[in-house]
Amino acid sequence: MSNATTTPAPAQSKAKTTAAKKAAPVAREISGSVAVLEAFVEEDVDTIFGYPGGAIMPIYDALYDYQEKLKHILVRHEQGGIHAAQGYARSSGKTGVVFATSGPGATNLVTGLADAMIDSTPLVCVTGQVFAHLLGTDAFQETDVINITTPVTKWNYQVTDATEIPSVLAKAFYIAGSGRPGPVLIDITKNAQIQKFNYEGYTKCTHIRSYRPKPIVRKEYIQQAAELINQAQRPFVLFGQGVILGKAEKEFREFVEKSGIPSAWTIMGLSALPTDHPLNVGMLGMHGNYGPNVLTNECDVLIAIGMRFDDRVTGRLDKYAKQATVIHLDIDPAEIDKNVKAAVGVWGDCKETLPLLTTLIQKKSHPEWLKRFKDYYKEEVDAVIKEELNPSAEQMTMGEVMKVLNELTGGDAIIVTDVGQHQMVACRYAEFNKTRSNITSGGLGTMGFGLPAAIGAKFGAQDRTVVAIIGDGGFQMTLQELGTIMQTELNVKIMILNNHFLGMVRQWQQLFHDKRYSFVDIASPDFVMVAKGYGIAGQSIHQRADLEKAVKTMLDHKGSYLLEVVVGKENNVFPMVPQGCSVSEIRLK
Amino acid sequence: MNPNKEQYTITVYTENQIGLLNRIAILFSRRKINVESLNTSPSEVEGIHRFTIVINETEEVVRKLCRQIEKQVDILKAYYNTDDEIIWQELALYKVPTEEIAEKVKVERLLREYGARAVVIRKDYTVFETTGQREETARLVEVLEPYGLIEFVRSARVAIIKDSHGFHEKLKEFEKTEPGEEVVENEYLDQQDKVFTM
Repeated sequence: MSNATTTPAPAQSKAKTTAAKKAAPVAREISGSVAVLEAFVEEDVDTIFGYPGGAIMPIYDALYDYQEKLKHILVRHEQGGIHAAQGYARSSGKTGVVFATSGPGATNLVTGLADAMIDSTPLVCVTGQVFAHLLGTDAFQETDVINITTPVTKWNYQVTDATEIPSVLAKAFYIAGSGRPGPVLIDITKNAQIQKFNYEGYTKCTHIRSYRPKPIVRKEYIQQAAELINQAQRPFVLFGQGVILGKAEKEFREFVEKSGIPSAWTIMGLSALPTDHPLNVGMLGMHGNYGPNVLTNECDVLIAIGMRFDDRVTGRLDKYAKQATVIHLDIDPAEIDKNVKAAVGVWGDCKETLPLLTTLIQKKSHPEWLKRFKDYYKEEVDAVIKEELNPSAEQMTMGEVMKVLNELTGGDAIIVTDVGQHQMVACRYAEFNKTRSNITSGGLGTMGFGLPAAIGAKFGAQDRTVVAIIGDGGFQMTLQELGTIMQTELNVKIMILNNHFLGMVRQWQQLFHDKRYSFVDIASPDFVMVAKGYGIAGQSIHQRADLEKAVKTMLDHKGSYLLEVVVGKENNVFPMVPQGCSVSEIRLK
Repeated sequence: MNPNKEQYTITVYTENQIGLLNRIAILFSRRKINVESLNTSPSEVEGIHRFTIVINETEEVVRKLCRQIEKQVDILKAYYNTDDEIIWQELALYKVPTEEIAEKVKVERLLREYGARAVVIRKDYTVFETTGQREETARLVEVLEPYGLIEFVRSARVAIIKDSHGFHEKLKEFEKTEPGEEVVENEYLDQQDKVFTM
């Protein structure tokens, strides 16, 4: 590295100079690597999840001197690193930051990027890349990361010259966190990391001419929406993660309370409104609550707030809310009319649009309409919930585990889930008092998300209890991150709900494939012993009588704890909207 | 083919950035849509590029696509139009043996009829150029075939939107108030280990 050349300060482009009119600090000579870390410090980054390797070594070398300012968490796999950054971003509301090396390091990020893209999670990933003169030559650990990640990033950019680093990272943080958030990947060639240049300080990016993170809100659409809401007899609110991403929980609550409209959530919107709020009528979608699904096809005005009508929420589209006039509030104009045609599309940040709407609507209540949700809920209790929470069968259910957890945490914990039956059960039954408490892989459905995301969630909210609820299948996809827990001495509670099956696929095979259980019978190691190998305490329980005590032991334990709960092998998640059916055709069994 | 499908011309104004072509192209390939024709070139304003993309699709799909194109960070604007809403042309080049056309008066008359113009005349071959719509340039291919057509090439479509008042002024004004960033290319490709060693 001794021959690194020094480059003079760049002839800054016209745009950059107009943006950087601050008092110019005295230039000093630094390397591209130091410029990356300086940018992190300026952007208020406190935690980096990463894994070193050849092409990112200069940055790691520079990081050695920044350990006091920037905490680096050494993960066990880059996928674990990016899921941890996602968990961090979701619990803290900040942008998650990831380091990975070139080639395999970078390709291991792809699943996490896709997950963050579809779930709108703000991330800045920095990957090392081979020297610029080797690009395109099949050099050792060279992969065309920019082209591989283009469809799964909000923006990506390759840096070959160190002078670009400050402005490119400023853009990266701005793009990742503004508008509809998403992952950004910056690929930096090794020569640019080594290269010295005259650093003139860091200027945060607040504007890109071709990028409109959010519009100026058009009042006429707010007015039209308010009129429809004021005239509605059976209005129904659907809310998604937009409320949380917009940090508009208070504004949302004021809107709901003034309008008196029953409100149901997508799993990404879960915890934006407390579970026990009288207008919170439950969960939408394939395994959502009975009332919200059936009554979607009976409401007269449907108000969608920060949600995108995913097919798992809508079921069959041509039979979805056809009777209703749809109002859609979203920050991303590409979402309005994408799946469900809106009579009024309100393009904007719901932090701004909701208060405008709240002032224009009349204070109302809809007791009879709300009662219909309650009646359906009673029906659901009788048919499904009662047996799930207080089972008569000998084997434990996932639902009763959630019930005990709710009682012992009081709804204050952050619940991180993996993907599958336990995820649906956890979302259905977990109780929440606070926002940013439910962290799950919603859009992509990434098995293996849970454990690393829980690690990141804890780093993002260190004062809160973090409970990861994971299936026996998903846990085995990323269990190497127990090593990260061991090394960081982190306090994360891990609950494995073990049904000895890949349960969700098995449920579908039972219901739609004549019980032909094709490769869903998964064997597991002794999870408690595995945890022990990593110095993590734990126990496994099979009996209902042990459940409450075991969960209490887990929560009271100082440090991480793994609790395996063996549940019924062939329990199903109900209600269910079978694929290809309308939401009103939801099955209770 | 879905009877509601129609030919649409998508006009996209973009930053001049490396990798942007791919970012746009994958939005089509993701939905398994065939691109009929693609033209990308600098617009009249420095720093802003203009893409003209032709596809056969339904209005609904094209509308959603345009929103997804426009949402990309480096895209300024995306429009879509039917053929009725635009004036469009393609350029075509035809290479034919010079002796054939020199000897046969009929060819000369044909070329005039089709508005063709000689670009290069050499002893062995001549290259003609016409601009027009797809059927027009295709017809001249058929006509020239008996006279020993050697090579033919057609450009992508370029189109002017009929209802585009003030586009040019707006574009100039935009670039003037907010100049674009310069493209940073890889300058190290030929320098190899003369620049850096480990």
